Amino acid sequence: MRSHLSDLEAEAIHILREAYVQAINPVLLYSIGKDSSVLLHLARKAFAPAQLPFPLLHIDTLWKFKEMYTFRERIRSQQDLQMFVYVNPEGVKRNINPFNDGSRIHTDIMKTQALKQALNQHEFDVAFGGARRDEESSRAKERVFSFRNMEHHWDAKNQRPELWQTYNALKHPGESIRVFPLSNWTEQDIWLYVEQESLELVPLYYAAERPVIVREGFIMMADDERIQLLPNERIENKRIRFRTLGCFPLSGAIESNAETPQQILKELEDSKWSERHGRKIDTDELSSLERKKQEGYF
Amino acid sequence: MPSLFHQRQIAASLSPRSVKLMTCGSVDDGKSTLIGRLLFEANLITEDQLARLMDLSKRHGTNDDQIDFSLLLDGLSAEREQNITIDVAYRFFNTSRRSFRVADVPGHKEYTKNMVTGASTAEIAILLVDASQGLSEQTRRHSFIISLLGIKQIVLAINKIDLIAFSSDAVSKIVSEYKSMAEPLAFETIMPIPISARHGDNVIKNSENTPWYTGTPLLQYLEEIEVSSSEPSAGYVMPIQWVNRQNSDFRGFAGTIAAGSIEPGQKVISLPSNQTTTIRQIILGSEKLPSASKGEAVTVVLDDEIDLSRGDVLAASDADIDVSDQFEADLVWMDGEMGFAGRPYWMMLGSAKISAKITKIKYKYDLNTLAKLSDTKLQCNDIASITIKLDQAVPFLSYQTNRELGGFILVDRFNLRTVAAGMIKHSLHRASNIRQQHFDVSRASRETLSGQKGQVFWLTGLSGAGKSTIANEFEKALHKRGLNTYILDGDNIRTGLNGDLGFTDADRIENIRRVAEVAKLMVDAGLIVITAFISPFRPEREAARALFDEGDFSEIYIDTPIEIAEQRDSKGLYKKARSGGIPNFTGMFSSYEPPFAPEVHLTTSVLTIDQCVAKLLDYFEKSQ
Repeated sequence: MRSHLSDLEAEAIHILREAYVQAINPVLLYSIGKDSSVLLHLARKAFAPAQLPFPLLHIDTLWKFKEMYTFRERIRSQQDLQMFVYVNPEGVKRNINPFNDGSRIHTDIMKTQALKQALNQHEFDVAFGGARRDEESSRAKERVFSFRNMEHHWDAKNQRPELWQTYNALKHPGESIRVFPLSNWTEQDIWLYVEQESLELVPLYYAAERPVIVREGFIMMADDERIQLLPNERIENKRIRFRTLGCFPLSGAIESNAETPQQILKELEDSKWSERHGRKIDTDELSSLERKKQEGYF
Repeated sequence: MPSLFHQRQIAASLSPRSVKLMTCGSVDDGKSTLIGRLLFEANLITEDQLARLMDLSKRHGTNDDQIDFSLLLDGLSAEREQNITIDVAYRFFNTSRRSFRVADVPGHKEYTKNMVTGASTAEIAILLVDASQGLSEQTRRHSFIISLLGIKQIVLAINKIDLIAFSSDAVSKIVSEYKSMAEPLAFETIMPIPISARHGDNVIKNSENTPWYTGTPLLQYLEEIEVSSSEPSAGYVMPIQWVNRQNSDFRGFAGTIAAGSIEPGQKVISLPSNQTTTIRQIILGSEKLPSASKGEAVTVVLDDEIDLSRGDVLAASDADIDVSDQFEADLVWMDGEMGFAGRPYWMMLGSAKISAKITKIKYKYDLNTLAKLSDTKLQCNDIASITIKLDQAVPFLSYQTNRELGGFILVDRFNLRTVAAGMIKHSLHRASNIRQQHFDVSRASRETLSGQKGQVFWLTGLSGAGKSTIANEFEKALHKRGLNTYILDGDNIRTGLNGDLGFTDADRIENIRRVAEVAKLMVDAGLIVITAFISPFRPEREAARALFDEGDFSEIYIDTPIEIAEQRDSKGLYKKARSGGIPNFTGMFSSYEPPFAPEVHLTTSVLTIDQCVAKLLDYFEKSQ
């Protein structure tokens, strides 16, 4: 019998193929996180038994968790994949970092600007991303095929209507499209699928004793020596895991005992906090994700 | 602490299929509030969302000091400020029994377009009616649209019953009025539920305020409703998305099954090439499937090499599917730029992309009365019945049978926007009836006899640019060389063949279409044709060009700045237009779209008439 999950899988595969066929030079934006892992798995399924017909691109801020880098290198070494890693050289020169420059500047330079530079450099015209509509309210109104102008800006008021399963991906030279095959998935769907397909993820998603500091309720993992402690702060061990992963100083952990997808699903059931709550960059100010998207952020 | 969230259970991995809902109703009927309320009551709003919502409610809310649930859904900051929903938003929630996808669609009058988008993928519509206002124009309009888009099951949510003191009589009156209004729309079920989205009555549990209501509360109804398949069971049909050639030994056809099911060994045909073969394998990722059915995205391997590529369809050999190049369809216009008969668009149907022209706007609906009106143009949010002709025949199903192969979009060929959504009603089998009679004397034999090549010089430019003058001199020069020529211009066309046409945009388009067709006949007769019409719109000139073989059509841009043309004003038209005597005068009240890449560009502010003609003759000689 067909299930909710197999419907979502089929829809994502359909979208991946429609975008691929209409693209000139597509790329899959790979962030090392759980959504990217699901997206990569679906993309392989969509084109099997052929190899994945496009490369992966990781926008590296240089502040990801160590375990994320280990995981990325494992994926990168897989025979059927080609992965580009891009770092904004200007950010490196100016030594941009989330502690001294704040999350807003760090995210703008190391993620938004870096992404635009990388897309321009490789002339990618279609970029797949793992964003989901349930993450945030402005995402809920974004199309599956999200058009960007020459400057990579998103115009919320001028989106093409999307009907049935028909996607008009025609565009003018210089324009590009961000395509979100997981638009209609929820966090719960992601975990159900991770379990069903036995997908391997970065271990940080599962609970373990880890060194952390607690700053105004925000649990930050002491992932490497670059962590900057405030007076009276000390590193302690807590049993934690992450619902989303990004730059380690900006990703808030939750205290948890969930060590398997099943236990995580159970935990979600009881959870009182939404997924992006642990993300510092969204709460800088109201509507901040919407503003970042208009500027070209994924 | 007793958890607010104890009721919530996750759906197991073998959860039933999700139900796709949409909400619709007028702008203040409370759609967003209802969805916000459903999420809240089903304990699906998390604490940080709730805190944010309370903060927003204080800042922007219209609900005194209470939580304004609509703010949860109105995602974009501009909307929060204006307090209206401006686009389609998708929401997801699971209860212990089912998962739901909700398209929240704005009720504003101008947004037919968004409703159609939301309805295209919805199975059940929740239609809100404000109990204190009763049925409105919007109610009829929205009901018509959801029925047109193939939704068969409706929940009539009679909202704000607190404002009518929970009166059973008032609710009954609305229900019976609605049922008679909806009668021609042929819904399968209409379930009326009296609710208050703001206060929660009959949303999750039956309200004490309405003891007379004996049905289930809304959420329970949605959890239990059986989604009827509006489509009769059909044979296997799958549009081909992509041909997978992993290596020289492997050829797989990737697609999403639009109807029916398949298994290995089954006989199938390719359309439109009409070849028969057998399914050998069905692949999904690394698995080989024993069967696959509607909705599944698979790759199939066939026993024989047949002609099949993207845009074609693979179907069961007994599937009830037709191939045609002309259809009658309902069309919803979705773009600010108007639509006209005769203009070419891209049509996307299934996985096919074909050039198509609206051949006739049969009638437009007055959405308030559903009366049929005649018109020559389509404006944003218009719904019309049209006929459409394609450049090649494609496999299709009627929309009421199958949304995937019966629903299409039209795309503007210049700005590439999606401008319309269409629902195929049936094919017009005219193409096979007016097969062309084959004649033995051909254009080539006529050209051999006359010793010249038929071709058209299409002059375009503003009124007063000098088109007729240049056409005249150019014809004289060709005539002197012993060539057979003919000029088509306003004087010999507007007075006769096109005497029934005026100067509105629609009439101008039809005027040019006829001129192009006449020129085509003359070129077939072996003549050199010079046309001298303003022909202001790029799409019509491109459509004219498309009628001819490469090299037979040359666009000549007579480029004269409007100030100079107005100064010359050889026919006194500018003067008349300035005084208000010509309402649709090109350049003043109607736009002129200059060519992007004309074969010859004559700038008359720099060149003399003789120089213009010399350039044309030079081009003519090179083209022979």
